[in-house]
Amino acid sequence: MNENTTEKLLEVKDLRISAYNDEKQEIPIVKGVTFDIYKGQVVALIGESGSGKTTISLASLSYTKPGLEFTGGQVLLNGEDMLTAPPLRKREIRGANAAYLAQSAAATFNPAITIGEQVTESAVLHGILSQEEANKRAVELYYALELPDPDRIGFRYPHQVSGGQLQRLMAAMALCGKPDLMVLDEPTTALDVTTQIEVLKAFKKVIHEENSAAIYVTHDLAVVAQIADYIVVLYSGEIMEQGTAEQIINNPTHAYTRRLMEAVRPKPAAGLGTAVGAEHTRDIPALAVKEMTAGYGGIINGEPAVTILRDINVAVDNAHVVGVIGESGCGKSTLARVMAGLLPPARGDVELEGVKLAGGLQERKLSELQKVQFVFQMADTALNPKQLIGNIIGRPLEFYHGLRGKEKHAKVSEILKMVELPPEFANRYPMELSGGQKQRINLARSLAANPEVMLCDEVTSALDSIVGANVIKLLTALRDKTGVSFVFISHDLSTVASFADEIVVLYAGRVVEQGPADEVLEPPFHPYTRLLISSVPELRIGWLEDTMQKREMAVGIAKSVEIKATGCPFYNRCPLGIDGTCEQKTPPIRTLENGHQITCHLTVDQLTEAEQHTQKILHGFEKLEDKSLNAGA
Amino acid sequence: MTNSNEQNGVAGEDVVDEIDKFAELPDVPPKRKLKLSWVGRIASGIVIFWLVIAAVGPWVAPFHEMDMDGDDSFLDAHTNEYGTFYLGTDYLGRDTFSRVIWGARMTIGISLAATLLAYALGITLGIAAAVKGGWVDMIISRMNDAILALPSIMLGLIAIAAFGSSIPILIIIAGIIYGSSVFRIARALGLDIMVQDYVEAAKARGEGIWWIIRSEVLPNAAMPLATDFGLRLVFVVLFISSLSFLGLGVQPPAADWGSMVRENLAGLTYNSWASVWPAFAIATFTISINLIVDDISAKSGGSLAKKMV
Amino acid sequence: MMLQMVLRRIAIGIATILVVSVIVFVMTRLLPGDVAQIILGQGATPETLAVLRKELGLDQPGYIQYFIWLGDLFTGDLGISKAGGATISSLIGGRFGNTMLLAGLVALISIPISIVLGLWAAMHPGSWLDRIITFGTLSTISVPEFFIATIMVLIFAVELHWLPSTAMLADNMSFLELLRGLAMPIITLVIVVSAQMIRMTRAGILNVMSSPYIEMAILKGVPRGRIILRHAFLNAIGPIINVIALNLAYLVSGVVVVETIFAYPGLAKLMIDGVQTRDLPLVQACAMIFCTTYVLLILVADIGSIVSNPRLRHPK
Repeated sequence: MNENTTEKLLEVKDLRISAYNDEKQEIPIVKGVTFDIYKGQVVALIGESGSGKTTISLASLSYTKPGLEFTGGQVLLNGEDMLTAPPLRKREIRGANAAYLAQSAAATFNPAITIGEQVTESAVLHGILSQEEANKRAVELYYALELPDPDRIGFRYPHQVSGGQLQRLMAAMALCGKPDLMVLDEPTTALDVTTQIEVLKAFKKVIHEENSAAIYVTHDLAVVAQIADYIVVLYSGEIMEQGTAEQIINNPTHAYTRRLMEAVRPKPAAGLGTAVGAEHTRDIPALAVKEMTAGYGGIINGEPAVTILRDINVAVDNAHVVGVIGESGCGKSTLARVMAGLLPPARGDVELEGVKLAGGLQERKLSELQKVQFVFQMADTALNPKQLIGNIIGRPLEFYHGLRGKEKHAKVSEILKMVELPPEFANRYPMELSGGQKQRINLARSLAANPEVMLCDEVTSALDSIVGANVIKLLTALRDKTGVSFVFISHDLSTVASFADEIVVLYAGRVVEQGPADEVLEPPFHPYTRLLISSVPELRIGWLEDTMQKREMAVGIAKSVEIKATGCPFYNRCPLGIDGTCEQKTPPIRTLENGHQITCHLTVDQLTEAEQHTQKILHGFEKLEDKSLNAGA
Repeated sequence: MTNSNEQNGVAGEDVVDEIDKFAELPDVPPKRKLKLSWVGRIASGIVIFWLVIAAVGPWVAPFHEMDMDGDDSFLDAHTNEYGTFYLGTDYLGRDTFSRVIWGARMTIGISLAATLLAYALGITLGIAAAVKGGWVDMIISRMNDAILALPSIMLGLIAIAAFGSSIPILIIIAGIIYGSSVFRIARALGLDIMVQDYVEAAKARGEGIWWIIRSEVLPNAAMPLATDFGLRLVFVVLFISSLSFLGLGVQPPAADWGSMVRENLAGLTYNSWASVWPAFAIATFTISINLIVDDISAKSGGSLAKKMV
Repeated sequence: MMLQMVLRRIAIGIATILVVSVIVFVMTRLLPGDVAQIILGQGATPETLAVLRKELGLDQPGYIQYFIWLGDLFTGDLGISKAGGATISSLIGGRFGNTMLLAGLVALISIPISIVLGLWAAMHPGSWLDRIITFGTLSTISVPEFFIATIMVLIFAVELHWLPSTAMLADNMSFLELLRGLAMPIITLVIVVSAQMIRMTRAGILNVMSSPYIEMAILKGVPRGRIILRHAFLNAIGPIINVIALNLAYLVSGVVVVETIFAYPGLAKLMIDGVQTRDLPLVQACAMIFCTTYVLLILVADIGSIVSNPRLRHPK
């Protein structure tokens, strides 16, 4: 916020937007929303999918998605009503007065036009800048957004730069014409945590420097806390609560806001996982992977053409939850696919209750298949749209356990109950269910097999925070009740921390750290685990600034993942790397108490010492510039 | 989820009320009922009309297709001692009206038979190639590419030059030529479905290949294939009619729309419409099918394009 | 990488032509039974049959016959026609030129018309002109070529007496006379070919129009014309090149019917006559010319869409 705050930029008054279905019936989407934005202010619209947050934000550009119509109210930008603006005036406003940043930059950049032309297009078309001025301003913005090779990146095509870079380039595209208002629609949701923090930092910086006002649309309260001055909480097209960021974050009054806050999982820390009932413990692990290497393409001498995972050892104890965490592309889904037999490993073994399993599906016995069940990430694609729920859940019962007719029917109802859905759902098609309900059916199908181990691949990632939190509750209850083990794969460390007994941290196809959750989430950390933990946004104003002070953040996030056969894969991002050692030799496994393992060239003592330094920086005892931290060198 | 929480204590008790109050918003179910516009409804009426005529034509036509009771060739509509000639007579003095009705059976019948053959071949091989993959797919696909690399009329001409022309040969030729397009579509659909997570889930469960084809692949491929059937039928009608028009399809004296146009072409210069009526019959049938297909296919892109200013 | 793909595509094209030659050969020489009997008819004496069999090499195994035939094809020796014993190359010579003249004129007229109308319709979806274009083209592609031809004759020759009802082609015609003489076949083919091209151009653009980057362009305030011509057209150009080439290839079958109906002295008419009289060597030669042209056009289309893809032109 700054000195301009008294001047209103955007006034939304009793805004109403509706959709019309095939029968021409009106379905209200936005039901009378009123709020203001002052100059230089960042206002967050927060809510779950279906809350109308994107629809409201687009109204400031006088735009509705196809199929929607404005049905009432006013949206005044600089005092001019956007809803009644004539078509040509709309065109003048878009890009010049208000600019839009979409969720997926990869889809919103035109693949056939250079980045530079797309960034400058709007400013030049609206006559705000000449082509030369626009090019110059674009390069300035590239510098400000800390993009690599800022002088030449404009000559590239969108497919030639990374996703995180495109997201920042889209900010340059929006800012080039110096708009009064920016609309940011979930701009960091699709990114990995370590990339998200970098993009957030860049956005915050340019918004401040340009003194632009912004609407920030998101479902993530923790992100909102870092960037917004004012928060509007939406549910089903209505405002539940609005107020300053401090007010909403620290002192929410509305029940729905509190529900949202509860669904935000706490900062990953020890002691969050749930204890396992003693009655389920056994000697042999339910499922184990030993010295396993896997990948795609032809296998020569145990080396696949493209190696995804290398030398993996993971054991899943009975009635335990093993969380597998890592960024996109680290091989965590591949691990689950190898366990399920969907991808035979190139080398190494998969063992079920101490018995070696065949690599491929065809060679595995039916009873073995039944004991290891895979739950897919997207319920939308994992459930056949042409089958009734009853048949989807009934099939494993019939297939593995030979149940038919009434018996099967009764069991289907029982399983639906276990996943907290009414038995009538058996007669519905997947299309008729909400996202969370579909995910429950997805779990129920695996549950119907009566498995020993369930492999859950990002099962909460596509769900809204409240719904996702409920699914986690359900999984915990199922584990306690049935004694089934879970392999829970996620890119979200806080979800894993709140649920897992054991944690496996994967980086570029290798296990960098694993052990009991309480040990992994406590120092000493592997440097990558440290980076992940400090990248998870906290529901606290000022967290972003604090985190950027940390040395390992500044180093770690700037580089991208490289997959290598030798040396430590994390070396190029590691703040503690030892030149001449880390990039050449494969790091040793350091074993601590309780089976906690860290794969690093640094000794446990060195890692502990480094962590103490980090804590000092965090608490303001030392400055970022301090070079004495290089513990290993 | 309303009545779920009291059934067991799995979800935390403290959140029950608030979950219900702010329940997850259900996805809007896509209500895509098969609803035709008025154009589509008229078109369906025309298609059904022709199908009925094809089925019962010989019993309702006033004359036999080969009767030469019209006194003279290329006459306008008139009545003589044998009956009324609503659309006049053709070049041999036969009743054009009756021949158009008889022709429906021949043209539509051959085309339907050929299209069904094309579908039987195309779907069987297409799904087999998609599901089996590997060398099976390789061999069938390459052979199919070779057929597709030739213009269909050329293949037809070569085949007729080699084997002569008869109704079974016409059906087989058209069935193979258009079967190759069906193969391509069925294979693409099959491949698309085979990589879906629900098929992967069935494989992980240990399901056999037949169960996967029957329960997962076919139900999901049925609707797109049904839509394509209409388009394919139109192509086959045009193909058979064109061959007949060239004198290489259905042989006289049998009444067939394509050959009727050819036979009576000379009449055009005498202002006789004997060649126009069968051409008109083909046009109403094929245009109507295409209009129906157009009506039920999802229209893409237009909605966003309308937002341009 | 792009060069590799183009070379690969050319190799596939050559392979396809060879496969096509095998199909044509097998279907016209091996499958029909005794080709000499078919060519000479029932009245042939055993002596003449024997002579012809030897001449055609029918006493040799099939694959050797194929290679001899293929070799002859490459050296321009297309064999001897059954009708009057003239060499096939002499029969084809002038007629090939006539067909290319007709096809060339049709392409010259229909391509610009199609792209302009297709783009216009995509730019104004739902407008009355778009509806007319959509319905008109749908109807045109739904009916046989001879229907269009019949209607054209009815209107322009029978009712209005503006144009001759058959094609006229003579050596000493002026260009205008030529155009008038060819008007009927040209109009018919332009209508048939353009309808398909307009539809597919419109569909190609509208397909791209549902992309998020088009919505982004709208939200950036980019005007309609620029959205279509720069943002959409650049991405649809690959498919559009394909459509054009495919429809030029489609002229192959259009030409067959149109040449017959207007008694145009082209290659297709020659081939139809050959099929009717079961003059198999003539059919073989004509089929090879048509199929090779077709495969080449499709090859050009494929290369066009490879070259127009920015991901391939500007690799990472």
